Amino acid sequence: MTNAEARVPLLRIVSLTKRFGGFTALDNVSVDIPPGERFGLIGPNGSGKTTLINCISGAFRTEPGTVLFRDEDITPLQPHVRTRRGIARSFQIPRPFRSMTVAENLMVALDFAAHEHVSVAQRRDTMMSILTQMGLASKANASATKLSQVELRKMELARAMATHPKLLISDEAMAGLSSSEVDEVLDLLMSLASQDITIIMIEHIMQAVMRFSDRVMCLDAGKIIAIGTPSEVMANQRVQEAYLGT
Amino acid sequence: MKRKGILFWIGAAVFLAATFLMTQVVGNQYPFFAGYVILQFIVLAVAWSILGGYAGYVNFGTSAFFGVGVYTAVFLAKAFGAPLLVQIATAAAIGALMGFALGLLTLRMQGIFFSIATIALTIIIETVITNWRFVGGAAGIQIERPPTTPPFDNYVQMLFFVQALLVVLAVAISRYIQNSWIGRGLQALRDDELAAECTGVPTLRLKLMACVISGALMCAAGAPAAMYLQFANPASAFDLNYSVSALAMSLIGGTAHWSGPIIGAILLSATQQLLTVTISSEVNVLLLGVMLVLFVVGAPEGIIGLVRKIFHSRNEGKE
Repeated sequence: MTNAEARVPLLRIVSLTKRFGGFTALDNVSVDIPPGERFGLIGPNGSGKTTLINCISGAFRTEPGTVLFRDEDITPLQPHVRTRRGIARSFQIPRPFRSMTVAENLMVALDFAAHEHVSVAQRRDTMMSILTQMGLASKANASATKLSQVELRKMELARAMATHPKLLISDEAMAGLSSSEVDEVLDLLMSLASQDITIIMIEHIMQAVMRFSDRVMCLDAGKIIAIGTPSEVMANQRVQEAYLGT
Repeated sequence: MKRKGILFWIGAAVFLAATFLMTQVVGNQYPFFAGYVILQFIVLAVAWSILGGYAGYVNFGTSAFFGVGVYTAVFLAKAFGAPLLVQIATAAAIGALMGFALGLLTLRMQGIFFSIATIALTIIIETVITNWRFVGGAAGIQIERPPTTPPFDNYVQMLFFVQALLVVLAVAISRYIQNSWIGRGLQALRDDELAAECTGVPTLRLKLMACVISGALMCAAGAPAAMYLQFANPASAFDLNYSVSALAMSLIGGTAHWSGPIIGAILLSATQQLLTVTISSEVNVLLLGVMLVLFVVGAPEGIIGLVRKIFHSRNEGKE
């Protein structure tokens, strides 16, 4: 990678605002995320984290504000087009395709989000290698309804990976998991990050955020109140106030 | 996969040959009258399941599409004396346009709201036709059948064969959709629309496709009905019974496989025909209601689901 390429942010959010009626969920948010970064997004409940994710992935229309991905304005694009451009996400509450097996869930991603035409056999190979990496290979033919919570979380990440993303957004993939399971998922995300995938991680579990992130951003009431290294953000007075309510 | 495809087309050819042979051999007219209705319901049920089964959008507007098909034929026959083929093709084109409009509705409405909107659609169109003098208004209109063309010596026999062709067309399309990327995309969006969209599935385009195909087939199925009855009036052409039947047949047969609606349509409409002859036509509706309740409680996945379940538990028993 040349220096010039490295300086172009992968994702650039420019003065993004999102209102629901009279309620401002996001208020003039701007941030640049360089390629390869592990970016932690924190904030109290209702601070606008998931709204921001929805604006990046295209589930919500933004007004006003722009989202640039690899120097392209993706604001007018529909979610499935953004997925094909390389933005994948998992959901806070897992949303598997319930009538399908784990393998079929991944095949949807491989069928529809593939960047170039590859044979069915190749797609199956990719699917199995993703499942193996995620530790789900033995569950390939299990119905998505039969998975445990941690398996569902992993399947969501696997399905997102199957779209061949450049940016992966993980929306509280560790919520409701035991501490050993949190470590498991965290290790997975770390290994994905080492494969040249930029990751935005929303998380409430602070130890996980601290361990994972190169940089952390804290939102409160739709505004950025702090951004920097994990320790800088944790030490920030306003962040502590937002979390502890003092 | 390939072998199944060959088997399917052999089956379709045998079916068409059999229906054609029947028109040449059987002298009694009743089998054609009854058979026509069964074939018509197969097309309607198969068309319904493309949107209602694969995509999960429950359409109560089958009668709107059917009625528009009937009245397209009536209008073309009266205004231009158009032949049957033109009537059916035009009806399919208008059905496709209606389907497109319906597809745009799915942008704003899902679940029960979509279903209610489709009922409203039926009522609106029926009202328009009721007030359109040229096609007979509320009183209805008599239609003359054109002379029969060989090799058929009776018009109903010809309609019977035409409807059999529509069955093959509808089933082939439905089967193709199920086995192709379109079917997989529809299945994904039925399970979860947002997740599908975020996995790269162009949900709107697929929904529009399903609506257009489903609508075109429903309208095409309705077009020959004008000539079949030699009469059309809004109350019977837009009868809600078509909507309920198409839905019930698909659900009772099972929507998980393309053959489900065919099984459901044959089972229900054959029983209905039998009851009409032996008891009364009013018992039909009762039968539909009772069967629907029984299946919703006992086999929510329909006959296809029931069969799969039995096979599954048998296989498990072996292990």
